[in-house]
Amino acid sequence: MTESRHLLEIQHLKTYFTTFEGVARAVDDVSFHLDRGEVLGVVGESGCGKSVTAQSIMRLIPEPPGKIVGGHIWFDGMDLTTLQPSAMRRIRGDRIAMIFQEPMTSLNPVYTIGDQIAEMFQLHRGMGRREAWRHAVAMLEKVQIPAPHKRASEYPHQLSGGMRQRAMIAMALACDPEILIADEPTTALDVTVQAQILDLMLQLKEDFQTAVMMITHDLGVIAEIAQRVVVMYAGKVVEQAATLPLFEDPKHPYTRGLLRSIPKLGERSKKGRLRLEEIPGMVPGLLDLPPGCRFEPRCPHSMAVCREREPELQDLGSGRLVRCFLYGT
Amino acid sequence: MTTYILRRLIQGVVVLLAVSMICFIIFRYLGDPVLTMAGKYATQQEIEEVRRAFGLDQPTHVQYGRFIWNALHGNFGKSYVSRVPALGLILERFPATFELAFTAMLIALTLGVGLGVLVSLNPSSWPSRLVMAGSLGGISIPTFLTGVLLIMIFGVYMGILPPFGRGETVQIGFWRTGLLTADGLKHLVLPATTLAMYQLAVLLRLTRAGMREVLAEEYIKTAWAKGLPPGKVIVKHALRNVLIPVVTMAGLQFGELIAFSIVTETIFQWPGMGNLLLQSIYETDQPVIVTYIMLAAFLIITINMVVDILYAVLNPKIRYD
Repeated sequence: MTESRHLLEIQHLKTYFTTFEGVARAVDDVSFHLDRGEVLGVVGESGCGKSVTAQSIMRLIPEPPGKIVGGHIWFDGMDLTTLQPSAMRRIRGDRIAMIFQEPMTSLNPVYTIGDQIAEMFQLHRGMGRREAWRHAVAMLEKVQIPAPHKRASEYPHQLSGGMRQRAMIAMALACDPEILIADEPTTALDVTVQAQILDLMLQLKEDFQTAVMMITHDLGVIAEIAQRVVVMYAGKVVEQAATLPLFEDPKHPYTRGLLRSIPKLGERSKKGRLRLEEIPGMVPGLLDLPPGCRFEPRCPHSMAVCREREPELQDLGSGRLVRCFLYGT
Repeated sequence: MTTYILRRLIQGVVVLLAVSMICFIIFRYLGDPVLTMAGKYATQQEIEEVRRAFGLDQPTHVQYGRFIWNALHGNFGKSYVSRVPALGLILERFPATFELAFTAMLIALTLGVGLGVLVSLNPSSWPSRLVMAGSLGGISIPTFLTGVLLIMIFGVYMGILPPFGRGETVQIGFWRTGLLTADGLKHLVLPATTLAMYQLAVLLRLTRAGMREVLAEEYIKTAWAKGLPPGKVIVKHALRNVLIPVVTMAGLQFGELIAFSIVTETIFQWPGMGNLLLQSIYETDQPVIVTYIMLAAFLIITINMVVDILYAVLNPKIRYD
């Protein structure tokens, strides 16, 4: 396939890490797409490859040990996997921006917030220092930081976690990117601040008409803001669906397990004790994956065929994909 | 910021007072200065006269007060040997030592930081491994050996660089400089390289370790994600953070180089303060020794203060404490 009608289309992406113990297939044949203006949730446990997928899109995989060994990432007629570094730099930050999990450490401690945001305008818009600074202050205002003039000349350590994440969002949205990749942007924040940041992101997404790829392990976050969800497990996409159908009728046993492990108020088990269900077992190490389905060792519906070969991703219609033998071969 | 500087100033004065007290004790009680001045064959009466003439019969605190008072006026007494003011004798030698230390520091800082950054970017390449092995040598080979080896190779076998002395110098006001003549510069190469070697290795290892740590930081990932070119990410975002400890280290080293480059100065017969100190120790020339210690303490404290202020400028977290 060549050009894509989607804003971003990932096809059969493979990102491997070479370690002393062997090759870790962190992202193994992952395909999905992102459309203009939508919020796509990418969910999975730690180590399922969701962050590596995001870093592959940005071409921020540390190489060595990592390497994109196969697949394509189509964006505006370009395959990002083969783009020249200089061309990739023009896209990074300007057209595809990213925010990270740790607002405490993602800002450079020796520069002011204003300087760090202004750098975006200087770099991608060729503005002078003063003009860039003015735009930076305006961005801080847009992310609802009070007294933006004063805050702009402060250093990261003078700001709270929530404020820093706002500053990170201001930096990411500075150049009005078409895609915003948010890698667990609320994980490190207090619950009340989490909600504020999510609200802000949703609002800014409307204002800036940005497509958002929201990476998280928190299904609550997904329910709140995503229209579509990609569920990943051990480097593979196991299920893909619109948010509502996914929550109402999860197909893949892993997705079901994930949904059951969300605590709900007022729910009690038969014994009358409040008990949270968990998915038994551990995520397999990427170096010694089971030969068949990667979820098989933890799956309550495990069958003989699951141990023999890996199920394909099947199309169940209306944008619903699932990788499981329960739905045919 | 003002309180920060003020606090540092007060600390500096306290340290200087402590050093002065030690100096005073050396001066006054390590051997009887009266005997040294009056001479071996003086009569008891002559000795008493000298004692009174120099105020050495007065109580200790009065003597110490006078010592401080004189020191504040730049009067540290006269050299027993050459009978000229000790401070003048040392200050005359100061430019030579300063130029040597400054050049050595310049070499150590540029090469140390530069190579440290390069090595940190390609830690497993063989040139990097070679540099790191070499830096171990730089740390463990003593200065006198480096100096002698350099003299042997470049001074004796190849004969391309002068192995001793300062060469041709030019007097500008009170400052006698060797930096303005080709001959002076040539003479500077070997001793400055010798002196720089250890400091270079230390700065290189410090820079490399710092860079390795900082390059793994989240904010470096942010810098890449912004679309910045590698040069900007490495110099503006990474190195700027690494410089905080490096500048502190370099400051300490510089003070040390000025005050204690005695071995190198001796090997290369460099007419600096270190050489003078060694000579004065041989001749028990106490006023010169004491003056030297006071001056060294003053220089090191001043440099450290400058470094502390620089540290605050580089590190915003310190500035607001």
